[in-house]
Amino acid sequence: MNVIQYFERHPDEILQATVEHIWLVGIAMLIAVAIGVPLGILVARRPWLSKPILGTANVAETIPSLALFGFLLPVPWLGDRAARLAIAALALYALLPIIRNTAAGIASVDPAVSEAARGMGMTSRQILFKVELPLSMSTVLAGVRVSTVLTIGIATIAAAVGAGGLGEYIFRGLAMVNNSLILAGAIPAALLALAADFLLSVLERSLRPGR
Amino acid sequence: MSANANARPGPKADDAVIAFRGVHYALPGGQVLLRDINLAVQPGETLVLLGRSGAGKTTALKLINRLLEPTGGEVHVDGRATLAWDPIALRRHIGYVIQETGLFPHYTVAENVALVPRLERKAAPYVRARVEELLALVGLDPASYIERYPHELSGGQRQRVGVARALAADPPILLMDEPFGALDPLTRGEVREEFQALQKRLGKTIVIVTHDTSEALLLGTRIALFEAGEIRGVYSPKEFLASREPVAAAYAEQLRRLEQFERGT
Repeated sequence: MNVIQYFERHPDEILQATVEHIWLVGIAMLIAVAIGVPLGILVARRPWLSKPILGTANVAETIPSLALFGFLLPVPWLGDRAARLAIAALALYALLPIIRNTAAGIASVDPAVSEAARGMGMTSRQILFKVELPLSMSTVLAGVRVSTVLTIGIATIAAAVGAGGLGEYIFRGLAMVNNSLILAGAIPAALLALAADFLLSVLERSLRPGR
Repeated sequence: MSANANARPGPKADDAVIAFRGVHYALPGGQVLLRDINLAVQPGETLVLLGRSGAGKTTALKLINRLLEPTGGEVHVDGRATLAWDPIALRRHIGYVIQETGLFPHYTVAENVALVPRLERKAAPYVRARVEELLALVGLDPASYIERYPHELSGGQRQRVGVARALAADPPILLMDEPFGALDPLTRGEVREEFQALQKRLGKTIVIVTHDTSEALLLGTRIALFEAGEIRGVYSPKEFLASREPVAAAYAEQLRRLEQFERGT
């Protein structure tokens, strides 16, 4: 049975795995953005925090993904449910590009612009929300895009701890030495990554400031 | 802070709009950028801070709107030390124009000019009328510029928008850092002349930083000559040209040579 036949016979099953996959990645990305953007702002504002914050995120990035899932297993609340565990691990991986790009985006705002903003009596809050964040939005989004593509790939490993998603097919295929089964998981995952990359890059371009 | 001991406190001390009293400014690393600056700017005058790059003139300007804080002495605005002001209130009380204009690239011309009135929560119809009035004042046709973005403007037009933005909240004081420095010579001459006319009409107290002697003579009612972090003297344009103080004389000599060249002798 080749992979096309497999798709034809089990469309619902594959669709369900794809939705699971999107859900895992989506929630993980929401969490990563909610944590990563504020951390990026903090890094831009307090350069002395840049080493500890980026360093920690960097270390998280270097842990092999399978090992990270394993490490998180005994953590009390996280280890209770496979999906929880998977989302936490994925969010941790997604963090670094978001922090780095947010900090870089804010740092790249023309100093003349931020000086003028300060000189005209804007508070630092106003400068952040009306000037720095809008001007770095496309850079922040580029980070989110890189993270999303990365996370879609890594999320296949979530199946190893029973969190479902397209990785199920890959692991099953590996165990059964069945290439069609592996491809049944790998192809939708790759398409998902391409689609996310395309959609986010369109959004990113539309947010690029003039000049 | 020993310089404070002699400073006369209270708003009635004198009628200067801006006063530097024994001001020192040093970087955290210890490098001294300004030492013992004493200077008073009278209401309605245009004081030019003239000097070469690194002489400390921009530093002095930033001490006025508290973008920097003195490490010794005090800067007074309207009789109150800048450190006693709420920095936001102080800066909204003072218009600020810089060389690169610092226009917000994601804001239209109208939004840029309307920035401070909007921060002050002025009513929308008032803000719109004010923007049109200001653009007309700096010589830009409101109808054709309001919707444009800064990157769609020439350098001269951007500079005019920068001036309009600084005037938006009608601040009694205007600080300008090399306002015409980034313009080509022809545009520069034009904008400068327009600014001169504007200056007469508005009667604001203005402090301009420049390294251009002819600009200083043209725009300034008085000229403060900065050299290596100190003030060498404060002159009227006439006194400046006649001064025997070596640095001032060097500037004047430079200018005379240029004029001779122009006359072809």
